Amino acid sequence: MSHTQQLYINAACRIGNNQAWKDGQLFFEQAGVPGDEFMVGLYRKLNLQYPKWYKMDRLSKLGVLAAEIVLGMGVNLNCQPGEKAIVLANSHSSLDTDARFVSQMEEIPSPAVFVYTLPNIVSGEISIRHCFKGEQAFFVSSRPDMEFLYSYVRAIFADGRTRVCLMGWADILGEQFNATLYRVSADSDDSVHSMEFNTQNLYQYFYHEQGAVS
Amino acid sequence: MNREQLVEDLKQQIIEQLNLQVKPEEIVAGDPLFNEGLGLDSIDALELIVLMQQKYRIKLANAEEGPKVFQSIDTMADYIIAHQPAANK
Repeated sequence: MSHTQQLYINAACRIGNNQAWKDGQLFFEQAGVPGDEFMVGLYRKLNLQYPKWYKMDRLSKLGVLAAEIVLGMGVNLNCQPGEKAIVLANSHSSLDTDARFVSQMEEIPSPAVFVYTLPNIVSGEISIRHCFKGEQAFFVSSRPDMEFLYSYVRAIFADGRTRVCLMGWADILGEQFNATLYRVSADSDDSVHSMEFNTQNLYQYFYHEQGAVS
Repeated sequence: MNREQLVEDLKQQIIEQLNLQVKPEEIVAGDPLFNEGLGLDSIDALELIVLMQQKYRIKLANAEEGPKVFQSIDTMADYIIAHQPAANK
């Protein structure tokens, strides 16, 4: 595939401010509750039936929920596991879990917490759930750098081995959380929600609520 | 704490420590904890070791005993009773 070949955002979701959006529609909302309770509410709304979810750290829980919205719910990606890539980024790395682990150091810290003290574990959890065995990358940057993510995703498609890529932002620290994920492929899939894969659309969806991009 | 109470306590502790989505009454004390039973994994096994140490003050003397001790709630209870500090007996 050449660098100039058209790519599309086939689906997108945004989770934050106790709301979950699927493409342009508000999918779930639970105002006035702690983030953990909101995530359990969203898990139930998605009817996930995935007990392992309860054992994950909060970043992985958030990422798996967001991934479920753009990859689950009856979506057929129609490609091999090795053709499915994940490119994620955030600004707080695994700090939310790191802090929890450090707080346990006075006694015996939990091995189950320790295994989540890396940010890219969320990519692994999504991969296990959705059978992704292609390219993987996780970046930490102070702000969402969609230009960089766009270029990176373009590059892995150009390599010719990737047919679908889950990409975006998954960040959590305390009560502040935001997951904005996009499903990208070369297939326009005739969906009304399908849009051209470019930095403007990435930013526009990311900052939609704030109205920062017209 | 008698053996029956210990078994119930272990069920509750394991559910809390491992974030299991089951109720204590759904766990059969003699059922396997790993694979076909509760479906625990290797990280859960480490959590069980920590649980034994933190809650019951019992350290596994020999790591090779692990598979036998953590076979079921029943075997865990037996091990705790056999090895608990004298003051707790």
